[in-house]
Amino acid sequence: MKKCAHCSKPATVHITDIRNGEVHVLHLCETHAQQYLSGTLPAPSSDAPADLAAQLQEADDDDLAEHAQLVCPSCGITYQEFRNEGRLGCAHDYQAFESELIPLIENIHGETQHVGKCPKRAPDASRKQFELIQLRSELRSAVEDEDYETAAKLRDMIGELEGRDGADDE
Amino acid sequence: MSLDFDALTRTSGEWLRGQGPDSDIVISSRIRLARNVAQYPFVGRADDGVRSEIESLLRDKIEDLRADGRMNYVRVDGLDDLDRRFLVERQLVSRELAEGHGARGVGISREETVSLMINEEDHLRIQVLRSGFSLDECWNQIDAVDDELESEVTYAFSDRLGYLTACPTNVGTGIRVSVMLHLPALVLTKEIQKVFQALQKISLAVRGLYGEGSQAMGDFYQISNQVTLGKSETQLVDNVKDVVPNIVNYERRVRSALVKENRQSLHDQVARAYGILKNAQTISSEETMHLLSSLRMGINLELIDDLEMSTVNELFIHTQPAHLQKIRQQELDTAERNVARATYIRQRLSGSSFEHN
Repeated sequence: MKKCAHCSKPATVHITDIRNGEVHVLHLCETHAQQYLSGTLPAPSSDAPADLAAQLQEADDDDLAEHAQLVCPSCGITYQEFRNEGRLGCAHDYQAFESELIPLIENIHGETQHVGKCPKRAPDASRKQFELIQLRSELRSAVEDEDYETAAKLRDMIGELEGRDGADDE
Repeated sequence: MSLDFDALTRTSGEWLRGQGPDSDIVISSRIRLARNVAQYPFVGRADDGVRSEIESLLRDKIEDLRADGRMNYVRVDGLDDLDRRFLVERQLVSRELAEGHGARGVGISREETVSLMINEEDHLRIQVLRSGFSLDECWNQIDAVDDELESEVTYAFSDRLGYLTACPTNVGTGIRVSVMLHLPALVLTKEIQKVFQALQKISLAVRGLYGEGSQAMGDFYQISNQVTLGKSETQLVDNVKDVVPNIVNYERRVRSALVKENRQSLHDQVARAYGILKNAQTISSEETMHLLSSLRMGINLELIDDLEMSTVNELFIHTQPAHLQKIRQQELDTAERNVARATYIRQRLSGSSFEHN
């Protein structure tokens, strides 16, 4: 079932708005539909941790029982506490709750691999790894944009960084 | 070095300076980075002792920063309620930092473009704020500040998930790129709903004036990225940057259509707003924002010619509750504030300069 465009409730009202020949489809819950019709619908606001907590509350209860008892050995937070608050206790939680968090992170960001800045003090090997990840991501968007000139340049750079000839890539 | 609140009170601050590219519609550009120190639990899980340790560790690094002149550092837990709200109104600290507890503080650069919050949701929140549409400048500056701090502090970081943050919605780059837009014509014609829907489709969030969970006041809207993982910082900056000209042009098109087709009723609305502001004896903050928004658009469309934009921008900030009380140098309840606000606005709009007493 579709969710309301303004909150996490199920959308029960589906509005097709035709203005100046343009068609817009809106999916809203009862409350927001009434506000929309009376013209008082506020801008969609977002409180990230609260939204996340609400999203988590909706997850299947069976699933919850299985994972709720997990505890991070480093900071002592339980997975249940994280679910209630929407905030983690320490950096180690990302490892301690890895199998629960990765699907959640994929759901939020659509990706599970960091691309971008990497601390300058990180070891050379992992910095090189990041540069490769970033170049490959840029290559993907260049190909999507059909910018083949940039794509060719990026392929050469990737080849160079991998320590072999770019032409071997084929 | 401490923060001179009285000096701050006399100016409008960076975000309402009203200059920079497209500043008739793009009020300000802002980027923030979320960072945590590797060896400590996140703020929510840190007791008072640990919070103090984090505060003093990061404070030393902030006071040594050379990125933008010397930082003025303030312990937010040592400020009274009024001063905290004052900093929130100026967009220098978040509501979360103002309303938090335990050792926490903020370092603010002289020009009010850089602010570094300690012990907010994450150990460190770095923010760069600039007037007008200037996201590239924001990114270059915040990248330099982050690099300088990173050479001194070991951040919590993983090869797979990037910078580790208290909330998984910020993990990866920890970046939030946002622009504050003034969109009175799109609101007036209800075209704004189309903008919301289009932005939602490309995973950009729309928020009110004071960020998460706040209502849109005075037709101000913040547009920002939601995704922080799997794209580089510059890709995420570009995502927001690419969409802004479309919205700005949409607002301009609707404004000129309004002027062409409904000039009289638009002029009437603007003139009535001006009339109320010049004559009201008591006025709420909300009504003030609403009327100033009309006035701002009226000046941009040359429907009002005897008023400077800088005066309107200053009124937006000076009529906020905490600013008003700082200017009056006394605590006022809501009813007293409404009277003081109306008096202040009348004085500013009648051309006579307002004296600080």
